[in-house]
Amino acid sequence: MTAIADPIREGLARGWRVIDASTLNDAQAFEADVCIVGTGAGGGIAAEVLTRAGLDVILIEEGPLKSSSDFKMREADAYPQLYQESAARKTLDKAINILQGRCVGGSTTVNWTSSFRTPPTTLAFWRDRLGLDRFSDDALRPWFESVEKRLSIAPWAIPPNRNNELLSIGAARLGISSAAIRRNVKDCWNIGYCGMGCPTNAKQSMLVTTIPAALDAGAKLVVNAAALRLVKRPAGTRESATMHLELLPRIGTTTATHIVRARHFVLAAGAIGTPAILLRSNAPDPHGLLGTRTFLHPAVISAALMSEPVHAHAGAPQTVYSDHFLDSVAVDGPIGFKLEAPPLHPVIFSTTMAGYGAQHAKLMKEFNNTHVLLSLLRDGFNPESHGGRVVLRDDRWPVLDYPLDETIFDGVRRSYLAMAELQFAAGAREVLPVHEDVLPYRTWDEARKSIAGLHLRPLSTRIVSAHVMGGCAMSAEARRGVVDQSGRHHQWSAVSVADGSIFPTSIGANPQLSIYAIVARLATELAAELTGGKRAAMI
Amino acid sequence: MNRRQFIQAGVVGGAALAAGGAWFVWRDRDRSDPQRVQVKQQERIDRIIGAIAPVILLGTLPEDPQARAPALKRLSTDVGDVIAHFTPPVQKEVYELFGLLDIGIARRLLTGVSSDWSQADRAEISAFLDQWRHSRFEMLQSGYHALHDLVFGAWYASDATWGELAYAGPPVIQ
Repeated sequence: MTAIADPIREGLARGWRVIDASTLNDAQAFEADVCIVGTGAGGGIAAEVLTRAGLDVILIEEGPLKSSSDFKMREADAYPQLYQESAARKTLDKAINILQGRCVGGSTTVNWTSSFRTPPTTLAFWRDRLGLDRFSDDALRPWFESVEKRLSIAPWAIPPNRNNELLSIGAARLGISSAAIRRNVKDCWNIGYCGMGCPTNAKQSMLVTTIPAALDAGAKLVVNAAALRLVKRPAGTRESATMHLELLPRIGTTTATHIVRARHFVLAAGAIGTPAILLRSNAPDPHGLLGTRTFLHPAVISAALMSEPVHAHAGAPQTVYSDHFLDSVAVDGPIGFKLEAPPLHPVIFSTTMAGYGAQHAKLMKEFNNTHVLLSLLRDGFNPESHGGRVVLRDDRWPVLDYPLDETIFDGVRRSYLAMAELQFAAGAREVLPVHEDVLPYRTWDEARKSIAGLHLRPLSTRIVSAHVMGGCAMSAEARRGVVDQSGRHHQWSAVSVADGSIFPTSIGANPQLSIYAIVARLATELAAELTGGKRAAMI
Repeated sequence: MNRRQFIQAGVVGGAALAAGGAWFVWRDRDRSDPQRVQVKQQERIDRIIGAIAPVILLGTLPEDPQARAPALKRLSTDVGDVIAHFTPPVQKEVYELFGLLDIGIARRLLTGVSSDWSQADRAEISAFLDQWRHSRFEMLQSGYHALHDLVFGAWYASDATWGELAYAGPPVIQ
């Protein structure tokens, strides 16, 4: 078998303009038509669209440039290299663990490839309750179709691994719906290490699609550079740029501050990073909305011990889902949830499972026979579900304050019940919702009684998230959001937001495809505007 | 320690954790040589991990003293590396936690462990972990989670531990 080609190393050899800010000794001033901050789902799509329109684009990435040759499928390497806070980012009270990428490609480099269009229920809520009249299914359809084509998003023909198959078996036995998840992959080897960076470049992440396209078309990429803040240039400055961006090696450091001058800034640093840049910039926020209504799809976990090997570490992760518990409740009623089956690897499994000592050791010995379900809560639709707020610490690092309340815990309890019932139906010998007070249940009856009385509270209830959304909500009227329906900042016309921050609620499905499509549209409109109406090449 | 005493200790401890953290930072500040500070941090991590990891990893850590000592040393070095990769604010919090646990009075008050970590009784350490794990105080409970995640994360990151999971590791793809 031949060695796998590395499109990043090949591109660098061809002369891509990539600068590692950690190697710069002196302060630099960069100039471009458009500066994009962040290279994940939003920044990646925007980069390709804007570069193809003939604009001079500079991309700023906080993390490093790593590629398939670096991806060794080891958690010990992947988490510190590719994730925010070594995959241990926490909310303010430390009750929610957040998985977010911190590398070129952002979370798309490390996500599990689940690709869903924005659910019609979510879009209807945005239109009918929030006045976002540009978000009809018909208006978005061509954008979904074009990014799906670009990123090879298609039904996954290979049978699910056992971990996912158990979700469909349990659902079928209970008479509830489940279906296959579409994935953004091309010639996938079905290995199961998507979360550590795809070693075969099968995953059509931003790292191997839009970013190389932008770099081939002449865009410049600065890596290991944190965006500190946007600064308005004094009135009367002769240059066309009305603002510049300050860069640091790391927030909190004081060495060389580089600057980027551009006509337009596209913020795509993720739903914690983007509000943080605007907060550090003292951006106008007349209605106090910046950083608020940040949503997470808070997810709770249920492990099941099976009689047969599951090998949840092997084979494509998250290939089956059930929306039964989203579709069977009112969108603004008690919080609904989506069920999926995540991959297990030694570090993520051992740190996620509760307890220690002999009890924990026993769970670890069942690693190969363990099946796990995740329930992702659809936050932001119930009138009491306000999400969290991104705030800055004294040292200017952002942190998300996401209070867990009864609205969430009500969804957690129903999630635990639904997952336990489904796992017993699928043949589980024992079921263990991940909560500090729970010991494995032997029967569904025992589980039902115990979960009904379980004391649900922060930190005792293990809650995780890989979907940070909101904080710069779009709105039709300036008083109800931070950006308009095209992602343009309501007060700062030289700034657009092009990532999951603009969502006014959570999505109710894994958000990558929603970001791709919505950003493809807004970037195309922006390109047309910045090039004087020329029709930009659609992705 | 009964429940009431523990709650009192928790209240006092919460304040001590805030104040003690500050004291600990101040205490380390006069060592201007960053390398020396790093060495001190690692020694502190070695002491505390060396005491609590055998309880957290009971049933996993080798019982044979000859195998146990190097395994523990590797573990605490890896824990130090993990912490070194955190962002400065998170690093500071974790160092404060270890710094505080390394102060005799704070250890006794907050954990109920009566003797130095090198002499600490396993039953006392286990009682401390249980109390923090189920504590009503966010700070203690999150402290427990930090120790839980650091120890398990560093332990199972090493392929030397995968055998007990019957996990062969990632496939060879070249």
